[in-house]
Amino acid sequence: MPFIPHTEKDIKDMLSTIGVAKIEDLFDEIPANLRIKELPAIPEGLTEMELARLMRERAEQDLSALCFIGAGAYEHHIPAAVWEVTSRGEFLTAYTPYQAEASQGTLQLLYEYQTMMASLMALDVSNASLYDGASALAEAILMAVRANRQTKSQRILIPQTVHPHYRHVVKTIVGQQGIEIVEVPFDPKTGTTTLAILQKMAGEAAAFVIPQPNFFGALEDVDALTDWAHQQKALVIGVVNPLAMSLLKAPGEWGQTGADIACGEGQPLGVPLASGGPYYGFLCCKKDIVRQLPGRIVGRTVDTDGKQGFVLTLQAREQHIRRAKATSNICTNQGLLVTASTIYMSLMGPKGLKRIAEACYHAAHELREKVKTIPGVEVAFTGPSFHEMVLRLPKPVDAVLDELAKYRIQGGLSLQKTYPQIENGLLVCATETKTSQDINEYVEKLKLALNHASHASHNEKKTVTIKAEGV
Amino acid sequence: MLIFEQSQKNRSATVQYPRAISQKMDIPKALLRQDEPLLPEVSELEVVRHYTRLSRKNFSIDTQFYPLGSCTMKYNPRGVHRLAFLEGFLNHHPLSLDSQSQGFMSCTYELQEILKAVTGMKGVSLTPMAGAQGEFAGVAMIRAYHQARGDVARDEIIVPDAAHGTNPASAVQCGYKVKEIPTGADGNINMEALRAAVGPQTAGIMLTNPSTLGVFEQKIKEMSEIVHKAGGLLYYDGANLNAILGKVRPGDMGFDVMHINLHKTFATPHGGGGPGGGPVAVGERLVPYLPIPMVTKQGGTYRWLTEEDCPDTIGRLSAFMGNGGIILRALMYARLLGKQGMHRVAEFATLNANYILAKLRTAGFTPAYPTRRASHEFIITLKQEAKELHITALDVAKRLLDYGFHAPTMYFPLLVPECLLIEPTETESKQVLDRFVDAMVQILQEAKDNPDLLRSAPHTLPVKRLDEVKAARELDLVYRAC
Repeated sequence: MPFIPHTEKDIKDMLSTIGVAKIEDLFDEIPANLRIKELPAIPEGLTEMELARLMRERAEQDLSALCFIGAGAYEHHIPAAVWEVTSRGEFLTAYTPYQAEASQGTLQLLYEYQTMMASLMALDVSNASLYDGASALAEAILMAVRANRQTKSQRILIPQTVHPHYRHVVKTIVGQQGIEIVEVPFDPKTGTTTLAILQKMAGEAAAFVIPQPNFFGALEDVDALTDWAHQQKALVIGVVNPLAMSLLKAPGEWGQTGADIACGEGQPLGVPLASGGPYYGFLCCKKDIVRQLPGRIVGRTVDTDGKQGFVLTLQAREQHIRRAKATSNICTNQGLLVTASTIYMSLMGPKGLKRIAEACYHAAHELREKVKTIPGVEVAFTGPSFHEMVLRLPKPVDAVLDELAKYRIQGGLSLQKTYPQIENGLLVCATETKTSQDINEYVEKLKLALNHASHASHNEKKTVTIKAEGV
Repeated sequence: MLIFEQSQKNRSATVQYPRAISQKMDIPKALLRQDEPLLPEVSELEVVRHYTRLSRKNFSIDTQFYPLGSCTMKYNPRGVHRLAFLEGFLNHHPLSLDSQSQGFMSCTYELQEILKAVTGMKGVSLTPMAGAQGEFAGVAMIRAYHQARGDVARDEIIVPDAAHGTNPASAVQCGYKVKEIPTGADGNINMEALRAAVGPQTAGIMLTNPSTLGVFEQKIKEMSEIVHKAGGLLYYDGANLNAILGKVRPGDMGFDVMHINLHKTFATPHGGGGPGGGPVAVGERLVPYLPIPMVTKQGGTYRWLTEEDCPDTIGRLSAFMGNGGIILRALMYARLLGKQGMHRVAEFATLNANYILAKLRTAGFTPAYPTRRASHEFIITLKQEAKELHITALDVAKRLLDYGFHAPTMYFPLLVPECLLIEPTETESKQVLDRFVDAMVQILQEAKDNPDLLRSAPHTLPVKRLDEVKAARELDLVYRAC
């Protein structure tokens, strides 16, 4: 019996202690007409050896040689020590540290994490993590609406340079609470949010979201945007790449008084791509609004001997105490991923992290200079960028990506559906994992792909409606 | 010692750094960081040693029996963890083309099908990243359903007083008012109170069955009729699915929507508080509103379903596909169990719970619901001991730690005074359960002979009882270098 240790004798002894004849009798309070006999749709059990073989076959199908997709999930070198230590059973198989004295390992680690993340964002405090970057942005917005005492406005301004999936998640979560979400268009030349555009949207708002770098990889003028937003009485929420903050000005330093809240996706700090998760969302803020911060928070205290120790604190904000009046319904966090990230940041230190950010910048800029030499390929936006950029191709992007896939290259993300105004737009990323040789390979294969790709729009074949199975 | 206190200026683990590049950058100075963040400067060995040492200060399933009620702390198979690290899974980008994602998508599709089968539901979306997000998605679907019918006056969700705190919090996040109804002395919901509570304002009810009191709600069919007749829908909180896996299906009980905690029933690791996984399953009526993305199969090929395919979806809940690695692990666990293994989960979880209950009762402990059969968990109340011996459930919980057992869930559900909620799970042996009972018996004796031993527990852990009041009053949430 998989994972069940009972011997026949154990079962007999246990049933006799309970005073019933058979296990089935233990279900006697469940009405008989509700009980099922079997589950025909589920396959027979496998041994671990059989499962390993099946999973290896499936994993191999998804192997690619070179990946140039970014768009919110980034390939980075992860030191072996990160997941060796994270996978220790004492981290992997512990639960939320409700019994503080039996969870000092996880609690101290979370305190160290909060310190590192708050410092990286140049803000006062951090929580112990949320689900992912997109849901962290939604929580940040709800938090800003609760915390903003200068205005009663329920209006939120979000630039279209924020990841389209993040905006979608915000709509799903925040939209349930009657908050008005206003999207801010971008300057077609720079691919950024400009004061000229913002002037048309002046007026009180509860919060303004500033991405850095933005979805296109472009750098926003964070100082000017922050000061403008504060003039509208809005709280400023920075949604940022945490790795980039070792190189770029951190949210707490933006403008005259700094962003009020910073959030984003923690994945670049030691978490593998893994088909989109588990990752973790981070959320930091200024200390005057800490009581509106959702999620678990760890504090340092002392034990009855006066010795240093760590506990979950400010629990009066949380659902298990406040129920319907909680700041959020969140219960689970992403502790394991935070464990990996804390180990990653400790290994890299301030200098290593900055070195990686610089290497990402240089790899992307090498790619940018080289693709520009391909006839018909243009870089869509002027201005500085980090490790990602939008290209305009002379042919429909989806067809080109299919061609590149034949060389086992993942060529980037098509923007045809999300940003149709950018004709044949392709979002492409290079991190420190890409060598000059990789970049040359990409450029060469992109040339070939452009020659082979058809001019017909790839989307046409998808207009046929097929009845979907298995939803 | 904190990692920061081990830091030495300019010490580094350079073998992990990329090579330095001396070229200039075109980023304006105003956009650059001027100071260094407070990260430690330590060697690789120091990092490995520090965090290995910290790990040893944790209790975990791998090291201790962890009977934390409502959390289903069962064994997390190591083989599953290892296989989730296969390169093709680990390095797979979430926005890869469908043609380069068939391996992962086949796993996702299979888990959707398995969850449909065990819940008796018609549609499944795996994207919610934890139970509470599944609850949010479920309630948002209930709301979308009523709105699509123009039935907009329904503004109330009914929640029993014994429910998990996430239930009312999720209802509020979806813009609903919460109406609480009481539980009867037998542990069942008070049917009169339910009848009085429902009406044209009822959007739905959130329940778990077996309830958080560890007993099966026997009149569930009748309840479902009352709520449905009033025009409301039934939400099933899957936190306790382990109790009935392969035995009873929420779909057959009359539920319209539910979530499943993969980190409980499907043995994915809890990771010190997460990640979790909270897929939602729905009956026919709610299928159009499921959150995206989902996977469909056409011929032999898998394809993502997005808003173009599902125009009535409540939308996206995560940047990508929820906790993909957790989905993989849950699928692998389900494949190891197979159809036979599924119902054994419920059987042996129930056997273990009833066995501890029987032994504790004989030893003089008081079950909160003495006339009822335990499900996969049960409650004992220390009300009597608190009155006579002046010890609390907290004291017993802390003393258990000294015996090398993680404490049960304390003071939940809120309606039972001085309670401990005990859930052993199916993966523990009789011998472990016997040792746990022995420890409880010994602690009860200590409570009579030397109650201070309990009040000042734990004595053998890295720290003694911690001052939580100080932690909340004098907030110290980040380290500051002196």
